[in-house]
Amino acid sequence: MNFTLKIWRQASQRDQGQFVTYRIDEISDDMSFLEMLDLLNEQLIAKSEDPVAFDSDCREGICGMCGLMISGQAHGPEVTTTCQLHMRSFTSGDTITIEPWRADPFPVLKDLIVDRSAFDRIIQAGGYISVNTGAAPEAHSVPVPKPNADRAFDAATCIGCGACVAACPNASGMLFMAAKVTHLGELPQGQPERASRVLSMVTQHDHEGFGGCTNIGECSAACPKEIPLDVISTLNGDLRRAMQHKPS
Amino acid sequence: MAVTGAIFVGYVLLHMYGNLMAFGGADVYNTYAHHLRTFLMPMLPYQGFLWVLRLVLVLALVGHVFAAFTLWNRAQKARTTRYAVKKAVAATLSAKWMRWGGVALLAFVVFHLLEFTTRTITPGGDSDSPFTRLTNGFSLWWVFLIYLVAMFALAMHLHHGIWSAAQTLGWTSSALSRRVAKTLGLTIALVVSVGFIVPPFLILVGVIK
Ligand code: HEM
Ligand code: FES
Repeated sequence: MNFTLKIWRQASQRDQGQFVTYRIDEISDDMSFLEMLDLLNEQLIAKSEDPVAFDSDCREGICGMCGLMISGQAHGPEVTTTCQLHMRSFTSGDTITIEPWRADPFPVLKDLIVDRSAFDRIIQAGGYISVNTGAAPEAHSVPVPKPNADRAFDAATCIGCGACVAACPNASGMLFMAAKVTHLGELPQGQPERASRVLSMVTQHDHEGFGGCTNIGECSAACPKEIPLDVISTLNGDLRRAMQHKPS
Repeated sequence: MAVTGAIFVGYVLLHMYGNLMAFGGADVYNTYAHHLRTFLMPMLPYQGFLWVLRLVLVLALVGHVFAAFTLWNRAQKARTTRYAVKKAVAATLSAKWMRWGGVALLAFVVFHLLEFTTRTITPGGDSDSPFTRLTNGFSLWWVFLIYLVAMFALAMHLHHGIWSAAQTLGWTSSALSRRVAKTLGLTIALVVSVGFIVPPFLILVGVIK
């Protein structure tokens, strides 16, 4: 297969940046999207050009490092991470536009790499949960109903890749934050700090400069872990209750 | 956004229902218009109820528009560099049109108030009978067209708005409740917009006169 790649190149955070077009041939349809970029970089290095900077780590869809905007879709046309996307999802001869996540709270560091520390700060604002560390407690001492455990687990599959923000027309971090709020809020261990957690996380989210959620649903459609929109409703419910019973 | 929007949903349902009095002809409609002004008398003065309603609506409008522009502004600031290519895969047409559709509805409300409340513009001719004012206006095709477009915008606004409000209020935390909210949004959008446009249409084609 061969492709025309329009890739965002930006030397540093302060650089203006622009698109550069590359041709790439002899791509196997079994290659992952990142392997295709690896191949491009080998060719660039052979020509003594600066390779395209992009993030990746696990390359098995669990770390959330590899987010790219691929022809207008976060992580490309399949419901998966960029590292798990294969070239067979494209048609030979396609022009593929590759851009970094676009959101001001995620500044571009170089080329396709953005700084997602804003997410870490939201998690940090969420604070601790009150459980004792040390020996594992007796599992039956705190029963968790199966539906709650399932929902908590589904929400906990969020890998913090930022696709929700990238896809959202408002550049809102609501789905990410709601996944975290739901994951802890469904469990007994998450109850003592439930109200303060949602208040601090939302405050931090807004402070970081993310947009507000208008329930459009692009986030959930782009999520490689298929986090459903209903977690946002759970967050909103928690927030409403927390604001009504605000501890003075 | 959600709370002020809910006030409007209640209002358009009542207003749409009231407009259906046009089916009863001049007497029924004019009695209804008169009753609106004497409603809850003598507890309230003449037109008292209307003024309370107007106050609530104006406050809701200010809150709604303020919240909308705040969200718009935040979204603008949160993405100052736009994508060269961006595909929407989940957004409904209604969701995409919330902002400009809302602006269109605001313009419509101004036109509408100038026509029927302040009677500053009186297409088709003024009259002391509310019913005659109605039939005068809607016997003109372009007046009807403005209302048709506005009801289209209203249907879209309600379609996304009702579901979105339910989500914002935290009522849609399961797949089932989400489906219910979406169905409710679509149903109310259709009932309100069709209910609103039927009397003007029948006036235009001469069935109601
Ligand atoms: C085809 C659709 C509509 C028709 C035929 C219609 C008709 C009317 C009429 C005849 C009045 C005057 C009532 C009276 O003086 O007793 C009125 C008032 C009003 N309408 Fe509508 N209307 C329509 C849609 C809407 C929509 C969609 C909205 C809002 C989004 C709206 C908002 C208002 C408001 C705010 C008033 C003024 C209430 C007041 O302060 O007196 N209308 N309408
Ligand atoms: S590289 Fe870890 S999820 Fe893609």
